[in-house]
Amino acid sequence: MANLIDQAFGTHATALQLRAERAQLLAANLANADTPGFKARDIDFKQALASAQGGAGPLLTTQVNHLASLDAGASTTALYRTPLQPSLDGNTVDVATEQAAFGENSNRYLASLTFLNGRIRGLMTALRGE
Amino acid sequence: MSDFRMFGTLGSALAAQTVRLNTVASNLANADQAAGSADAAYRARVPVFAAVLDQAQRDGSSVGVQVKDVATSDEPPRAEYQPGHPLADAQGYVYYSNVRPVEQMADMISASRSYEGAAQALGTVQELIQRTLRLGEGA
Repeated sequence: MANLIDQAFGTHATALQLRAERAQLLAANLANADTPGFKARDIDFKQALASAQGGAGPLLTTQVNHLASLDAGASTTALYRTPLQPSLDGNTVDVATEQAAFGENSNRYLASLTFLNGRIRGLMTALRGE
Repeated sequence: MSDFRMFGTLGSALAAQTVRLNTVASNLANADQAAGSADAAYRARVPVFAAVLDQAQRDGSSVGVQVKDVATSDEPPRAEYQPGHPLADAQGYVYYSNVRPVEQMADMISASRSYEGAAQALGTVQELIQRTLRLGEGA
């Protein structure tokens, strides 16, 4: 049953999680816009989603007290952004770029959320059989 | 949005920028302060920002900012020859603070822009979290 629901949610659940992780990175970039020596980071979303989906898969649980992994191989590697205009203090945060990326990421997050809501509504309709 | 780390990260930015605005305010307030000696003259306060890594998060994704120190500028104070001034020293010099008001105004604009950016992002995060918590409602 759980597997069935996982299938119904498809890629959107993973996408939502990765979007949240990316938002965290972008928020850290925005927070450190004036920190000397701070290097802005971001994830390659396409590659992260691909590795999360075709990744190592869930961990083997060979003992009853082993905990199942929550995120099946969702490993995101943050990369450093190439600065357009590096500043003298070593900071590579471009606030405009980060704000645009944050806005874009938020809207894509909302899109995933909307898709998920749609899937849930579909499942509920099927379950009720009205 | 499954956890609330982003509030901490962006909140630390708001706090740090507030400290920066505070130093600008006290620098501007004391810009014209006169003193009888170079040592007694007001020196501009400069906040030192540093990134703080959340030790619990090994991936290093949640990096807040902290004000590590409020340093004082080591630029020499402005000495002016004003023998009639009540604070003038034996040579007739009065020492004014080393604050440069234009620099402070530019710093203030930069701080308030950064504050605005973090506050706006915080609002977005809050809305997204609320939408996430309502996931599946009304289905």
